[in-house]
Amino acid sequence: MFTYSFLQHYWWFLISLLGALLVFLMFVQGANSLIFQLGKTPDERRMVVNSTGRKWEITFTTLVTFGGAFFASFPLFYSTSFGGAYWLWMIILFSFVLQAVSYEFQNKLGNFLGVKTFQWLLLINGILGPLLLGGAVATFFNGSNFVVDKNNIVGGMNPVISTWANGSHGLDALLDVWNLYLGLAVVFLARALGSFYIMNNVADQVIRTRAREKMLINVAGFLVLFLIFLGRTLWKDGFAYDPVTGIISMEPMKYLRNLLDMWYLAAVLLIGVVLLLYAVIRTAMDKLYMKGIWPAGIGVVLVVLVLFLIAGWNNTAYYPSNVDIQSSLTIANSCSSEFTLRTMSVVSLFIPFVLAYIVYVWHAMDREKITKEEITEDDIY
Amino acid sequence: MSNLLLEISAGTVDWSRAQFALTAIYHWLFVPLTLGLAIVMGIAETCYFRTRKRFWKDTARFWQKLFGINFAMGIATGLILEFEFGTNWSNYSFFVGDIFGAPLAIEGIIAFFMEATFVAVMFFGWKKVSPGFHLTSTWLTGVGATISAWWILVANAWMQYPVGQTFNPDTMRFEMTSFADVALSPVAVDKFFHTVISSWIIGAIFVVAVSGWYLLKNREHKLAMESIKIGSAVGLIASVLAAFTGHISGYQVAQVQPMKLAAMEALYNGGNNQGLTLVAWVNPFRQPDYGHEAEAPAKIALPYGLSILATNTMDGYVPGINDMIKGYTKNDGTREPSLTEKIEKGKLAIAALQQYRSGQKDKKTLQTIQDNMKYFGYGYVKSADQIVPFVPVSFWAFRLMVGLGMLFILFFAVMLFFVYKKDLMKYRWLLITGIVLLPLSYVASESGWLVAEFGRQPWTIQDLLPTWVGVSNISAGSIALTFFIFLVLFTTMLAVEINILCKAIKKGPEHSENLNANE
Repeated sequence: MFTYSFLQHYWWFLISLLGALLVFLMFVQGANSLIFQLGKTPDERRMVVNSTGRKWEITFTTLVTFGGAFFASFPLFYSTSFGGAYWLWMIILFSFVLQAVSYEFQNKLGNFLGVKTFQWLLLINGILGPLLLGGAVATFFNGSNFVVDKNNIVGGMNPVISTWANGSHGLDALLDVWNLYLGLAVVFLARALGSFYIMNNVADQVIRTRAREKMLINVAGFLVLFLIFLGRTLWKDGFAYDPVTGIISMEPMKYLRNLLDMWYLAAVLLIGVVLLLYAVIRTAMDKLYMKGIWPAGIGVVLVVLVLFLIAGWNNTAYYPSNVDIQSSLTIANSCSSEFTLRTMSVVSLFIPFVLAYIVYVWHAMDREKITKEEITEDDIY
Repeated sequence: MSNLLLEISAGTVDWSRAQFALTAIYHWLFVPLTLGLAIVMGIAETCYFRTRKRFWKDTARFWQKLFGINFAMGIATGLILEFEFGTNWSNYSFFVGDIFGAPLAIEGIIAFFMEATFVAVMFFGWKKVSPGFHLTSTWLTGVGATISAWWILVANAWMQYPVGQTFNPDTMRFEMTSFADVALSPVAVDKFFHTVISSWIIGAIFVVAVSGWYLLKNREHKLAMESIKIGSAVGLIASVLAAFTGHISGYQVAQVQPMKLAAMEALYNGGNNQGLTLVAWVNPFRQPDYGHEAEAPAKIALPYGLSILATNTMDGYVPGINDMIKGYTKNDGTREPSLTEKIEKGKLAIAALQQYRSGQKDKKTLQTIQDNMKYFGYGYVKSADQIVPFVPVSFWAFRLMVGLGMLFILFFAVMLFFVYKKDLMKYRWLLITGIVLLPLSYVASESGWLVAEFGRQPWTIQDLLPTWVGVSNISAGSIALTFFIFLVLFTTMLAVEINILCKAIKKGPEHSENLNANE
């Protein structure tokens, strides 16, 4: 049962799950991007910062684990994408570095850069993080400009096997309007999730009212952009590969076909969308309903999970090359050895325990919501 | 025979190295304090849990506050480090990702989540969870950081001592054959203990220095005295254990990276009955002319010391730099090939791989690959100077590390004696010494990093992949730009962090009796 092919699919599932959880957890970025709109006074902004500030490390760790898991399971993707799309990834990393110090430093005595400097850094990360990560995910469907030639190592000239085909080193992804569509959609989504989260986590009527309003606007923006992106993706040709020869070719409406072939994913997608819409509609109709983050969050995880899976399963090249289609990466040609995948699969059995203690701690810490009184105490950012 | 005309620019290699070194050095400014303070604040909170005295809670919270200020920068620089393997060392990541990626992934799944989840409870959970849960969270934060260090050091050790892998010519990469060999290699085990234990020294000196400053200012007496007791005890145990694990590390380096040991010792021509150099005149800025010099001038050595360190015998043979270039007979009677022979073997492996990749997959070709793959990296070496690390850095960094390590043992022993037997307030010189030793503890720690990492140049993976074949295909200008962005960014943030730390120390701990607490 646990064949090499099974392990490749299993690890693509885990990568997809981590990616989906990361998109959900970017509610931290989304709320930070709204920091000056949700909080009009220093105290209000401090409540928002302290609310997202108790979750940012989980988002950050998910990003790190996403990178580490990709490295371990699909090292050729790690080397090709990170080494090739250098500038795209560097900007993403810069923005996350700025975020990491912004919580701890902003309200501390001795911060000679001022509170607002760090709040602006949170805002920058809040927009750039989702925009660029969303754009990077869109390249899974739209392709990138790289060439892979393993013979280079012993070829006698340039030994690097993965090279970017132009000098932009990944910034060319932002010239593709469809990548921007998904990037912007993820920005709107993160802001909507951030609004849901703040409504549930901050016990302040003024902030909650503003968050409800922001949620509705951003959900509308997300739905428009995402549905256009999804419709176009399902309609367009996709990158397929022959599982026997490994040869990659274009196939009409490949991603729609993937959804039809894997009908259970279509069902999951539908459940995800329904959950998100349920959260939006109930929050809009019921002024006392604050827990929209949970159905919305679960819905987003399911939708993003399906997006990742139709990019990599069913003999699909998940990281296509536009300049040399045979350089495209598939879960079969870019994965680790069977031994490593098998070993790592044993390690992956820890994941349910990790999720369990995160949920437990989250629940224990969030029983009491953030209030104006709390931010006058010592244990705060 | 293959003659490679490598096109990678020296600028790309140098800036890639510089950027990784910059990130690693900055990262290593924050991580040791995180690991060290975790022990001290864990002990302080355990005292609170057992006695329920508010004093211990204030003490724990004070050290946790300083821990938190330092923690964020460690996380920020760590993120960059992980991704730099891909962004700047993409060929490396492909070539050995099958083995090297696993520890990084495990670190994320098992350790980093633990650290990130429970650190929030530690900071914000005093009034939200029970004291037992809080204490567990404090310790789990430290345990998570320590397990994280384990997997990172497993990855690092594997680069220095690659085991548990085989080369697969079909996939053109090394692949793992034994996870246990990778995760429990003796180099990894010792590297973990030596690195983590030496980090406790920094935490201990930090606590003693801050407490000493309070005593010099005649304030926070109880917190300062109790913290000095904890810090000195942890520091003494840690510095003695660091010396012990350091000795083991020296022996291992002699076995698996003899060139590193020769550079650490500025040993140009080896032999039996070698003394351990205490000091010698090695110009700190210039690579010595090892090919023509018998030994470094003004050398004072501990007789037989190096032979004992490297072979556990007084008369054991220790090779010098020139011996490794010319070839030598090892203590077990086997012969270590000369550099010329290794280069030939490396080129044979490359040529056979070329044939294999072009379709000539016969037994003979496979056998040639198998026989010579051990020296694969040497196929990219053109001259002897490429395989000799920059001796002055290795030599002086080693002496700084060991010399300061010995000083720390003495200091903590004296401090423990005085804090228990004397009125410490009267010995201002000792308190000032503690403060002076704080920056020196960072010098010692960073010197350890230099010894380990400069000493293994030019190898990203020992003998298998030199730096100039492991890089990404990025222009030197792009990497130089990101280098300077990081430099400005990290330096600014470091300045903010130090300023915040100083203000927090100046402000001092909260005193619970002033609060309306019910506990």
